[in-house]
Amino acid sequence: MSALTQGLGPHAGFILASYGAVAAILVGLTLSIIRDHRAQKRALAALEQRGAGRRRSERDTP
Amino acid sequence: MLLLRRFCLVAPFANDMASLIDLANPTRFMRFSSLLLPWLTGLSVLFLAVGFYLAWFVAPPDYQQGETIRIMFVHVPAAWLAMMFYSMMAVSALGTLVWRHPLADVAQKAAAPIGACFALVCLITGALWGKPMWGTYWVWDARLTSVLVLFLIYLGIIALWRVLDEPSRAGRAVAILTLVGFVNVPIIKFSVDWWNTLHQPASVFRMGGSTIDGSMLWPLLVLALGFTLFALMLHMLAMRAEIMRRRVRTLTILEAERLDRLAVQAQGTPA
Repeated sequence: MSALTQGLGPHAGFILASYGAVAAILVGLTLSIIRDHRAQKRALAALEQRGAGRRRSERDTP
Repeated sequence: MLLLRRFCLVAPFANDMASLIDLANPTRFMRFSSLLLPWLTGLSVLFLAVGFYLAWFVAPPDYQQGETIRIMFVHVPAAWLAMMFYSMMAVSALGTLVWRHPLADVAQKAAAPIGACFALVCLITGALWGKPMWGTYWVWDARLTSVLVLFLIYLGIIALWRVLDEPSRAGRAVAILTLVGFVNVPIIKFSVDWWNTLHQPASVFRMGGSTIDGSMLWPLLVLALGFTLFALMLHMLAMRAEIMRRRVRTLTILEAERLDRLAVQAQGTPA
């Protein structure tokens, strides 16, 4: 880590903080979208399993 | 003859428009996006990996800015994407207001948090680049302020989506706000030409060609492509989640109505 910091010169802290911020923001965004996608998929599957949205004749047919 | 020429000119575009309209069907979009997502993910990972390698191990330090030039490789693509996503949202807003396109407000809603995150990345990395180079994290000049305004507009749009429950009503309100806010995009682009600013003028896409040396330009372009593919992949995933959310909402309402009807019937039936 110190070798990397030395290689980046006197402003290493600013460079590493920039890349850290990019990683934190984009990983957070990706995880939130994936979590939302999974939650909606689960909710939709649960509703469809209960027969929601099917017409009465379809649902009443054994 | 004139009619024939017009037809020849318009026909290829008409075909393209027809295929775009076909995709606008949510069911077709779900099928198409499930095929495209793995490719987008793979390509974005590939371009980002190559781009970061070039940016860190191949691109030389700048003769004036030294190693801080490495911040450019994330700052510039983030700025481009923040503006690109807002422009996409403005086109979607037209789709919502003019053509009542079924997927337009879905695309717009899914794009807002992604654009906001890239605007935030642009602001943070810009401040961290500014301190060692300009001696300050922030100045209230035209370029920096207009990007901050873009970020605040994104936040306003996200808040408006959350305030209004009914998706089509919210979509129209957000579309109007988006189109009003679009005036800020050319201001961001040309602010460095119109006003005196600490920020450097355009150096990649400009009349007369890029002023950046190829050894830094290529890593920048590869990373920009990687970030763009990554952002489009996230957008597609977020659109799929939004389509499912609307389906869940519709099914929940239908289910509640059915239960209401059953309750009324049960009350009306003599014991």
